[in-house]
Amino acid sequence: MRIAFIVTAGAGVAALALASSAAPTNAGPAAITEIPAGCASCHALKRPENPTVDRLWSRKGPDLWYAGDKFNREWLIGWLQNPTTIRPGGVMWFQHAKPGDPRDTLDASAIEKHPSVDAATAAQLADALLQLKGDGLVTEGEYKADGLNMTMAKMSFGKLRGCSSCHQDKPGEGGVSGPELYDAGKRLRPDYVLAYTRDPQRFDRFVWMPRMSLSDADLQRLTGYIASLGKEEN
Amino acid sequence: MVNVRALRILVPVAALLSASLIVHGPAAAGDDDPKIKASAHLYDTYCAQCHGVQRNGKGVNTVGLSVQPRDHSDTAGMASLPREEMIRAITDGGAAVNKSALMPAWSSVLTEEQIEDMADYLHFVCKCGSE
Repeated sequence: MRIAFIVTAGAGVAALALASSAAPTNAGPAAITEIPAGCASCHALKRPENPTVDRLWSRKGPDLWYAGDKFNREWLIGWLQNPTTIRPGGVMWFQHAKPGDPRDTLDASAIEKHPSVDAATAAQLADALLQLKGDGLVTEGEYKADGLNMTMAKMSFGKLRGCSSCHQDKPGEGGVSGPELYDAGKRLRPDYVLAYTRDPQRFDRFVWMPRMSLSDADLQRLTGYIASLGKEEN
Repeated sequence: MVNVRALRILVPVAALLSASLIVHGPAAAGDDDPKIKASAHLYDTYCAQCHGVQRNGKGVNTVGLSVQPRDHSDTAGMASLPREEMIRAITDGGAAVNKSALMPAWSSVLTEEQIEDMADYLHFVCKCGSE
């Protein structure tokens, strides 16, 4: 099955077998478990063996080697059909920053658009991506959705823990060097949010979100708040 | 014949000069100094998001900050900041030096040596060694 998923001009659609360890050259109808090789030209589909600061500067898209831990399927299917900008400054904000007054700005027009696919292809890609998991990075069920004080959780995200320094919890409100979180409730799996927030360096030793000293209660609160974002209309 | 009186004056002066070179080494170094270049790259990656691409405290994230980040290009303001406090703030975050908690701890990302080098780099950026 051919997937029209052009990442860069001239990129081939040779398939990367994920589920099968034998990696046959012709997998026949098992295309649902495959991700086009073109995706790998921008995204790390396997954990980088030698992560460096410079890799963060040269990569063209976020890592997807733990996509199965990270994304909700329904959101992924919708986004692949109608991609939006999640990182206001692109995958590495500095690349699009310009000095300014009263503050530096981001040149959004320079951010490369992600290609879109049709509904059937989006579902196939989502299913293939959801098979990619970090080994033990995320613990299923660690987030407990009960007893959340949303007022405290919102305060934690803002003044107390400073998440809003880099992330937006409402469009246009908050920092811009990190991915927006105003639809994180639809996009991200809460267990992933908790694991990543606790220790971003476990996912990437050099990523510019530092590890904070957060108690378990803090982590649960923040995860609960982030998991609620974008769900208001439900 | 050694002039003992001259030595009495010259030796302490020379010692002071070398101590000054050690303390203020990076300020005397240029942009092409490997440590300065490495620190500048780390600054761009981690610090400039708040402290600005021009190191003037006007980073892209200041839009969401209730407390404005320090202007590292401010010679007078930076000169009054002890090096140890700088290192503590980078290592353990702003709250550790009674400043804003919005400045996070960077010890999970930067090594002790990189933080020491960053303190030297900040000294270079603020031109604090030139007075």
